[in-house]
Amino acid sequence: MFIQYIIIFFSLFAVYRAALRLKDKTISKREFGFWSFFWLIVIVATLAPNGLDRVAKFVGVGRGVDVAIYISIVVIFYLIFRILVRLDKIDKNMTQMVRKIALNNNKEKDEESGNSND
Amino acid sequence: MIFIIIPAYNEEKIIKDVVKSVKKFGQVVVVDDCSTDLTKQKAEESGAVVLSHVINRGQGASLQTGTDYALKNGADIIVHFDADGQHNPEEILSMTKPVVSGETDIVLGSRFLENTSNIPPVRRLVLRLAVLFTRFFSGINVTDAHNGFRVLSKKAAEQIKITQDRMAHASEILDEIIKHNLKYKEMPVQIKYTEYSMQKGQSSLAFINILKDLIWGKLFK
Repeated sequence: MFIQYIIIFFSLFAVYRAALRLKDKTISKREFGFWSFFWLIVIVATLAPNGLDRVAKFVGVGRGVDVAIYISIVVIFYLIFRILVRLDKIDKNMTQMVRKIALNNNKEKDEESGNSND
Repeated sequence: MIFIIIPAYNEEKIIKDVVKSVKKFGQVVVVDDCSTDLTKQKAEESGAVVLSHVINRGQGASLQTGTDYALKNGADIIVHFDADGQHNPEEILSMTKPVVSGETDIVLGSRFLENTSNIPPVRRLVLRLAVLFTRFFSGINVTDAHNGFRVLSKKAAEQIKITQDRMAHASEILDEIIKHNLKYKEMPVQIKYTEYSMQKGQSSLAFINILKDLIWGKLFK
């Protein structure tokens, strides 16, 4: 099937992009390893769709491709959840920083003009 | 010592008047949430202590910043007061009395207790829904779940941590009251709905965002 070529090509391309990011230190070796492994699974699954069909039979789903899709969706939701939690943390950290700056600036302003706060 | 915390965002037109009207009741702390107008300068000119957020973080975040400052500077009583002129400064006396006397840790202003405010109908409905929602989710029985006029004792202010930066902080404060077992009471306050404040204020639909923030907060905190 033609789509196999497309998927394999894209997976190799994705690994290449990850390698570039590893080279300029945007991602760590561990992250690179994870993503390479992921795309490797994708390539293997594409080349041997029968393997997936056996899994599908085992879990009671129609086609191997469907299994892949179901699993992907679950994983995606989980990753999104992790991202949102992380964003929340970043937001809170930003507020704490902004708060510190506000209080510090005020303290400096006070010290400059020799004020007392009582 | 009484500190009056006024979180402000783009209120250059009215902030001076508001600060001047509450000055006699205590030390005024205006928290400028990165306004893009002259709010900061006007507040400084009117003689308030002005804390500045370098980026906009929200009313909840501003209140916590102001409260932190007040606690660091010897506050015994902390008043939360809106910057848009909707609150009546003369009520600060009656609102602070129960905390000063030690009768309660927290006084919450309620516009529904005496019904002297001219609440626009859609707003009234949304607020009533907010009360029901709060009753169900927070388990606290108040008549006004979203009122920015509050008085906290030093003890209460130290225990309550506002982590909801945006508008969900109002409900979060109620949650914190329950969580820390603080004594609270509601008192009637008058809300002045002027053309200025209505045009500046929350769209009633903003409550959907608040709901979302709260539910999210309950699930993941």
